[in-house]
Amino acid sequence: MKSLLAVYRREILAYLTTPLAYVFVAVFLIAVGTFTFQVGGFFDQGRADLSSFFAFHPWLFIVFMPAIAMRLWSDEARSGAIELLLTLPAPTWALALGKFLAAWSVAGIALVLTFPLWVTVNFLGSPDNAAIFVGYLASFLMAGAYIAIGAALSALTSTQVVAFVLAVLVSFVMTAAGLPLVLGFLKGAVGGGLAEGISSLSILHHFDAAQRGVIEMRSLVYFLSLIALALTGSVLAVDARRGG
Amino acid sequence: MLLQVEGLRKSFGRRVAVDDVSFSIDVGEVVGFLGPNGAGKTTTMRMIAGYLEPEDGFAKVFGIDVAQDRRRAQERVGYLPEGAPLYGEMTPWTFLRFVAETRGMATDAARHAVIRAAHDTSLGEAIGRPIETLSKGYRRRVGLAAALVHDPMLLILDEPTDGLDPNQRQSVRDLIRRLGAERGVILSTHSLEEVEAVCTRAIVINKGKLIADAKPADLAKEHGGLEAAFRALTGGEEGL
Repeated sequence: MKSLLAVYRREILAYLTTPLAYVFVAVFLIAVGTFTFQVGGFFDQGRADLSSFFAFHPWLFIVFMPAIAMRLWSDEARSGAIELLLTLPAPTWALALGKFLAAWSVAGIALVLTFPLWVTVNFLGSPDNAAIFVGYLASFLMAGAYIAIGAALSALTSTQVVAFVLAVLVSFVMTAAGLPLVLGFLKGAVGGGLAEGISSLSILHHFDAAQRGVIEMRSLVYFLSLIALALTGSVLAVDARRGG
Repeated sequence: MLLQVEGLRKSFGRRVAVDDVSFSIDVGEVVGFLGPNGAGKTTTMRMIAGYLEPEDGFAKVFGIDVAQDRRRAQERVGYLPEGAPLYGEMTPWTFLRFVAETRGMATDAARHAVIRAAHDTSLGEAIGRPIETLSKGYRRRVGLAAALVHDPMLLILDEPTDGLDPNQRQSVRDLIRRLGAERGVILSTHSLEEVEAVCTRAIVINKGKLIADAKPADLAKEHGGLEAAFRALTGGEEGL
């Protein structure tokens, strides 16, 4: 527990003492604003809700979450500091969890800083604030899933760029599998049952479900399992290093 | 016995990096690892420190098998990796506290341990400056302080004086000699003069095998100088 906290603090410090976190948050906020207003037509909808804001989250996260997660392990391997880390008597899961939670916190801060949009809809009308809260919760959970995936892939390479590209690719596939277009294609290729199955395992499927204002137990379990699975992947990849 | 290494073996792909290495170390010994580049010194040290797992054989620290009970063994070992990798954006103060706390020390204990380790390695006022702005000599001291922070009985130092200027080398050697009096130290080096200056024992490794384990003076006597001994033992066929 002590080591988990120490790793968490170190990673947060690393995000804050390098320009990374600031650039990330700033660019994320600009991108979110652009998509919500320009592409999503926030004002044209004439509805006081944040659906045009949340709708773009999966697609923005595919690029943004790998960007925060890419350095977590690959940078340690490149600098050689991983040797120092792995010769400390700390369990690998504590290292992996500490790193993951730090990156997830940065994502959480970025999401919290979108609050002016929430203020705006409340100023313009009377939205369902419970639904908005559920939307944020789902968005945060989804961010965690993408970061955990990015962290696991970062443990496989000593190059940040490679970690980033792999994570974007995997995140995209896991998200796009829920698109109606892909579902239609899969139905033709592998049959209806399997296609539905693949689609229901996609990140998009579970995020969309939560955007209707209720987060189902199924989706909650889905995101948490995805995070747990990816973290296990990180631990296995890091421990595999010891095997040489 | 502080450290017992028995039949240690490790290969990467088809290349055997460490082949059946056995030796042991007691308190008060400073053992120098000698050998050409790629001889298997670093791989051996990494297995003792618990960074790599041996394919065969074992390393036991106070009777605790590093591969079987890694964390308990690692609690008793201080390790300086080759090149002393650090986190450049941190200051020695935050970095050393990170190391101490990741080792499981409580906040207060960690603070005291860091102050002591910084004092032992004469970090001085460098303790508050970002590591990436420090000179190589100071960075090496930070690495040494990180290896010392939990006051381990066994120190494993991979090329602790490599790349330092003569003054910095001298101060690191003095420190090692002081630490070695009541602990066990293994250090790898390319400097034969260093072995003569600080080591009570020299272990020569070549092509993954341990080929000599003796007092530096005895090695020198047998071959007419330590350098001659090194060349005779490790072949020296790498001529121009």
